Amino acid sequence: MSVDTATVARIAALARIKVTDDEIAAMVPELNGILAWVEQLGEVNVEGIAPMTAVIPNQQRLRADVIGADPLTGGNVRDKVLSNAPAGEHGFFGVPKVIE
Amino acid sequence: MTNLTDLGVAAIRSGVAKGDFTATEVAGAFNAAVAEAQDALNAFITLTPELALEAAAAIDADRAAGKSLGKLAGVPIGMKDLFATTGTRTTAASNILGNFVPPYESTVSQKLWDAGAGMLGKLNLDQFAMGSSNETSAFGNVISPWRREGSTAQLAPGGSSGGSSAAVSARIAPAATGTDTGGSIRQPAAFTGISGIKPTYGRCSRWGIVAFASSLDQAGPMARDVRDCAIMLEAMAGFDPKDSTSLDMPVPEWEANLNADLRGKKVGIPREYRMDGMDADVARTWDEGIAWLKDAGAEIVDINLAHTKYALPAYYIIAPAEASSNLARYDGVRYGLRDLPQGAGLQDMYAATRAAGFGAEVKRRIMIGTYVLSAGFYDAYYTQAQKVRTLISRDFMDAFQTVDVILAPTAPTAAFGLGEMVSDPLAMYLNDVFAVPASLAGLPAMSVPAGLDRQGLPLGLQLIGRPFDEQGVLDAGLAIEARAGFTARPAKWW
Repeated sequence: MSVDTATVARIAALARIKVTDDEIAAMVPELNGILAWVEQLGEVNVEGIAPMTAVIPNQQRLRADVIGADPLTGGNVRDKVLSNAPAGEHGFFGVPKVIE
Repeated sequence: MTNLTDLGVAAIRSGVAKGDFTATEVAGAFNAAVAEAQDALNAFITLTPELALEAAAAIDADRAAGKSLGKLAGVPIGMKDLFATTGTRTTAASNILGNFVPPYESTVSQKLWDAGAGMLGKLNLDQFAMGSSNETSAFGNVISPWRREGSTAQLAPGGSSGGSSAAVSARIAPAATGTDTGGSIRQPAAFTGISGIKPTYGRCSRWGIVAFASSLDQAGPMARDVRDCAIMLEAMAGFDPKDSTSLDMPVPEWEANLNADLRGKKVGIPREYRMDGMDADVARTWDEGIAWLKDAGAEIVDINLAHTKYALPAYYIIAPAEASSNLARYDGVRYGLRDLPQGAGLQDMYAATRAAGFGAEVKRRIMIGTYVLSAGFYDAYYTQAQKVRTLISRDFMDAFQTVDVILAPTAPTAAFGLGEMVSDPLAMYLNDVFAVPASLAGLPAMSVPAGLDRQGLPLGLQLIGRPFDEQGVLDAGLAIEARAGFTARPAKWW
């Protein structure tokens, strides 16, 4: 499978990356080179093979359902959470208006 | 007096404990070496000499008070700038995190501080650990301290842990942390003549490490020899409830149990790794490695890892797919860069922020990942790659029915020059051909320096072990180290 400029523009839109027409033109052959190369995976007979879900078998755990059980990841750290926000205002993340 | 910067982890620890020198003297010596090399090598993104001194002063005070000292007491280290460090900028070598100052500490770095280590600074890397030459960093290339004989051409220190490899090989840090997603500890270690181990997936907590591909990312140490790697890994590993893939197993005493006697052990040599047109020096070094392990008492067994050639293409679907998902968090809202063009709405802000903040290689991988996960292509690419991954893992498990450890080259070539590969992303990807299979299978794997090529550049040998058998990997690495007699180091030109 290969991509054209329209497909690359669509992928960029899905990935939320603004790209110029020149950038798209440059990406088309690059992505096609990589996609043509990964195409060889199609030769592998995978009949009856399950896709890998966990590389090392491990038990999933549930944490205790207690607020702030771990002070690092628990609650009441609003100011820390906001400390790196580009527009932290009034205790919230500030964003451009999204509702007309 | 001993040149303190010539000492490794074990020597520093024991010298501090015995009182041959103070931790403060050690930190001062390495701080000075770091400062002197920074302009030439660009190994660090952020220098923290005051933190190294502060940690050292605490160790000296503990020693004076007769308190017991930790495993890394008095050892100043470099921290790859992918580990969140409280109060110290953590960038992942990307503009999108250029001013990110974490209010929390990664589990691995916290464990190292708890063991008595101090931080010299945050080490440069490929942006979001995506690269094999450290040329994708937004903070400039790292220059390898190594040069080809009779040449001053700048060489790549490998990647993505290129700042780590450059710093340790230049003797401006006795040890450093790295992370390995598809060879990012082992390939730079091989390029710079040092040792580095990626443990079994889940040994080291990923909590607080900037995520690239979560099913592959593992932290590990880089240091000058096998023993130093064992000491560092013991401090870094261990169960962490904050990482859902963390292994709930005790941390073995790898250092105390080091044993280079391989009698009764079987070493597998994978046929598929001996590729057409293989570099003659790499092939020779591999043959020497086989002879050394035989000399250590091991039996050599040819093995098949039939799906080896499919590992790299599978990796370049799986890793970008996970990256495209992980990096969705950089949206200009919660942390990091925001680019808000005049009159832009939320969606425009996302797109502008990510265009401004991510480098070209990061964008390329996000785009590939987005494509292979998109409707209509998911099964053909992603599901197929995960099935192939199962087969690659199965190849290893079959081989480990017979053998205890696998020996292979770490990389297909010695270090290449900066700029030699950047124009062809695919050629760059191929440099990880020997490293990626063990990553896909989550296995412990290590690179140890084995010799020099015809141009005087280091070559590494790779040892791959069973899940949880870091000991077997370290022991075989030690057997090679003892016989390779690798003492070469880069001449100081900076």
